[in-house]
Amino acid sequence: MSISTFKGYRRENGRVGIRNHVVILPVDDISNAACEAVANNIKGTLALPHAYGRLQFGEDLELFFRTMIGIGANPNVAACVVIGIEPGWTQRIVDGIAKTGKPVTGFSIERHGDIKTIAAASVQAKQYVHWASEIQREECRAEELYISVKCGESDTTTGLGSCPAVGNVIDKTVAQGATASFGETSELTGGEHIVKAKAATPEIGEAFMKVWNSYNDMILKEKTDDLSESQPTKGNIRGGLTTIEEKALGNIEKLGKKTKFVGVLKPAEAPTGKGLWFMDTSSAAGEAVTLWAASGAVVHLFPTGQGNVIGNPIEPVIKLSANPVTCSTMSEHIDLDVSAMLRGEMSVDQAGDALLEIMLRTCSGRLTAAEVLGHREFVLTKLYRSA
Amino acid sequence: MKEFLMHDEKDGVGVAVIDIKSGQEVQGAALHGQAAPRVKALMDIPLGHKIALRDFKPGDTVMKYGCDIGKVVAPIKTGEHVHVHNLKTKRW
Repeated sequence: MSISTFKGYRRENGRVGIRNHVVILPVDDISNAACEAVANNIKGTLALPHAYGRLQFGEDLELFFRTMIGIGANPNVAACVVIGIEPGWTQRIVDGIAKTGKPVTGFSIERHGDIKTIAAASVQAKQYVHWASEIQREECRAEELYISVKCGESDTTTGLGSCPAVGNVIDKTVAQGATASFGETSELTGGEHIVKAKAATPEIGEAFMKVWNSYNDMILKEKTDDLSESQPTKGNIRGGLTTIEEKALGNIEKLGKKTKFVGVLKPAEAPTGKGLWFMDTSSAAGEAVTLWAASGAVVHLFPTGQGNVIGNPIEPVIKLSANPVTCSTMSEHIDLDVSAMLRGEMSVDQAGDALLEIMLRTCSGRLTAAEVLGHREFVLTKLYRSA
Repeated sequence: MKEFLMHDEKDGVGVAVIDIKSGQEVQGAALHGQAAPRVKALMDIPLGHKIALRDFKPGDTVMKYGCDIGKVVAPIKTGEHVHVHNLKTKRW
């Protein structure tokens, strides 16, 4: 199957999105209530409550701003209302999102109170919804997509089936000029030498190893006797995965057979060009997918073995599984069943084509299982304690 | 349909793709077309779990995907279940 087209939303800055959200974005935890009230008032909006945004500093604060601005700037967002407790940081996020050219307005609560803020923000949000609801999907090329990939609740079937299927899609789409990203720094442990060898240049390989070594040093410093039941997780172990090395070797199948990665990204950092990029992320699904959404990724491919049910509010998460028990007992969560791969009845190439097809249908508007089931895990990555 | 799959011909373990019962004679298939062995299961091996394709002694390295996935910490006979009770990471 050759790379095809889909119907997407072309944004003011030329980027292509697959959803058309009007987001109500809180700057901080204490503005969640106002944002949720606006989203309750104005149908067709989406509030994104979260736990942070107060008293962060240094690199942790920079990551926070990169994440919030990146979420508002994501091409899956048509317009954005930002609400914060005070005007300074609110305006910093508004200004960052406004660089995309999309409509964005900020409101702050101090000297107004929740009720007046909610009223003013609701008026603005209503105008945005009317405007966004008339934007038409138009034909876009698959190579205009930015795709992120990460697996969760892996088992041995992910390494045999669903991860190689994702790798096949990476090979096919990146060769055509798409942008893609993988991460899960800790979960490459045991296969880091293989990842390093997939770097486009020795310098990029060294940059990857620097990030991996730093994460590994943190784990070795903070661990107790071992990481049993966290890496691999209890679910991984139940599914037959025994060690981090075994888990990593299955994970790496998502990188494809031919594709080399062209750069190393900080958490939530946007790629500066096409091709496959490594991003330094945690391996926890909610955190990692939120970081990719903030970096501008518009669709996520998520292989699962035992059945991770994660979704993201603005970046649709497509789930595939090769585990026949999961596909049968948790079918409502699975967008693509590739368990025939385990029976030798579906090749990696056939599974890749099937995944490419469901991905393009999703990009044209088909809702994912996680979207229909209401999974909106919006989880900020925090680097250290607040001041 | 085969009962277990191997990633690489160097692998000392196979992955059960059905629930294997103790005493069952099971046939493997290799993902990349190499020959795969036939072994007798000495234990129940649930779907997705690993079956030993050779004998191991403590300190041995287990290969899967043609790569090192950890060290053996208890003796393993061909056909036995390989998991957290007899295989540990070398990393943490």
